[in-house]
Amino acid sequence: MKLKKSQRNELISGLLFLTPNLLGFIIFTAGPLIVSLYYSFTHFGVLSSPKFCGLENYRQLFSDVLFQKALINTLYYTVGVVIPLIILSLVLAVVLNMRLKGYLLFRTLYFLPVVTSTIAISLLWRWIYDTNLGLINYILSILQLSPIDWLGSTTWAMPSIILMSIWKGLGYNIVLYMAGLQSVPSQLYEAATIDGASEWQKFIRITIPLISPTTFFILIMSIISSFQVFEQTYVMTRGGPVYSTTTLVYYIYLNGFQWFKMGYASSIAWVLFSIILIITIIQWIFQKKWVFYYGA
Amino acid sequence: MELSNQGIKKLILYIILLLGAITMVFPFLWMISTSLKSEVTAYVFPPSLFPYPIYWQNYIEIWRLAPFGRFYFNSIIVAIATTLGQLITCSFGAYAFSKCKFPGRDVLFLGYIATMMVPFSVTMIPLFILIKGLEWIDKYEALIIPFLFSPYGTFLLRQFFMSIPEELTDAIKIDGGGHWINFLYVVIPLSKPALVTLGIFVFMFSWNNFLWPLVVINSTLMKTLPVGIMFFQGQYAVYWTYIMAATAVTIIPLLILFLLAQRYFIEGITLTGLKG
Repeated sequence: MKLKKSQRNELISGLLFLTPNLLGFIIFTAGPLIVSLYYSFTHFGVLSSPKFCGLENYRQLFSDVLFQKALINTLYYTVGVVIPLIILSLVLAVVLNMRLKGYLLFRTLYFLPVVTSTIAISLLWRWIYDTNLGLINYILSILQLSPIDWLGSTTWAMPSIILMSIWKGLGYNIVLYMAGLQSVPSQLYEAATIDGASEWQKFIRITIPLISPTTFFILIMSIISSFQVFEQTYVMTRGGPVYSTTTLVYYIYLNGFQWFKMGYASSIAWVLFSIILIITIIQWIFQKKWVFYYGA
Repeated sequence: MELSNQGIKKLILYIILLLGAITMVFPFLWMISTSLKSEVTAYVFPPSLFPYPIYWQNYIEIWRLAPFGRFYFNSIIVAIATTLGQLITCSFGAYAFSKCKFPGRDVLFLGYIATMMVPFSVTMIPLFILIKGLEWIDKYEALIIPFLFSPYGTFLLRQFFMSIPEELTDAIKIDGGGHWINFLYVVIPLSKPALVTLGIFVFMFSWNNFLWPLVVINSTLMKTLPVGIMFFQGQYAVYWTYIMAATAVTIIPLLILFLLAQRYFIEGITLTGLKG
């Protein structure tokens, strides 16, 4: 096949413009991706070179109680964060979108935690959760309730981390929802008002279906990022107490960089990747059932 | 009757907004309050939001107790280098994916942005081995170079470049200019808002990045702020007044950046979110 001269020029310039990205991509993403898959089939400590061991790492995962715990913790975290995040950010975005006086100031305030470092924020919340001197237990004491060892109890540590993560992520999703709400045509609301629909009916019948593309986007993105939670547990609990907040990425970190089982760590990473991939594909397939593209 | 109903509705909405706002802001106020108390007044019961007397000493002490100046310097160098580098590589890539018409372009683009789904923890171990092999451990190279390329940034800029009308490009071609001229004198000058947006996002990402610096930096003097603050916390675990001062010092630059450039943050999220 011969390309015309102009087409050949386009191809050459295109490739030239792509060179830095493609090189970086091959060296720092694609290459490591393939190597990591290979490592996952090896025994690999830091001092020794990788030794091929077939499916042994993956087989070991089935009997690894800590891995199963990390998987369950990660699911717990993801469900605990994503559902309240979607509901709260939708409600607040709808209220902000009514454009009451000062709504932009509120949006700014809600967004503040988004830009801050998770590490710094987690330290701040450790102080707020402190058993003896923390703000939350002080509020409990005003209400005549007994103090709770938030981050030191296997029951409360994960909910505490979840609560903080919702607080941190809310502003980002509010901004996404506000943008989504603006694309809902106002004639629909006007028509519904003429037909005598109540505010609640309009919300359920118009707003929710018409912003479903935004909901879909938020759902996918927040599930992907929740599955990779690490910093919060690293700072607030170090995966404890008794591994009750050890998440998959934290377990990968432990195996790879504390216990120097890099082959095993890679196999966990690939399980994580596969789960994310499968969940995302399932969501793409099921979106036809509930995501509604107006005018499409 | 109608009016007062409206009034009550408004009042309820404001209460919801206000409760939300207090929840979002109060932790920051608490941080600043604690950072301005002495060891004695910080642990008084019941605690007070307003420090009295105001105690500035923590902000002086932390610079003495840990090389925070150096952490700052490292964070700034890494964030600026990463930002500039990504602006260059991503605008090149975005240009190819939006303005060069070669066969297979869109498939390649989709494949490239699909790799955004790969968790960093998957590539992290081979990347660490690579960096070790290059002898970049404890060096700026390790913190900067792997992050100079980004499908996300390429995606963001491409969305913007696509909206630049073809007529402008065609005019350049009639005048005999090639892609390079078009890129440099038409597309880039028209894309300043998108470049600022991407720049801010990359800066924020780099400033807050933690897992990778944690893994490739061992020497105290090469730590960036998030890793440095953890190091500090490890040594002064029970000194909450110091830790809150250090936390404030880490967070405040980005809060200021956000307040100054809020528009770009919001636009960036909207641009990548809606087309997603």
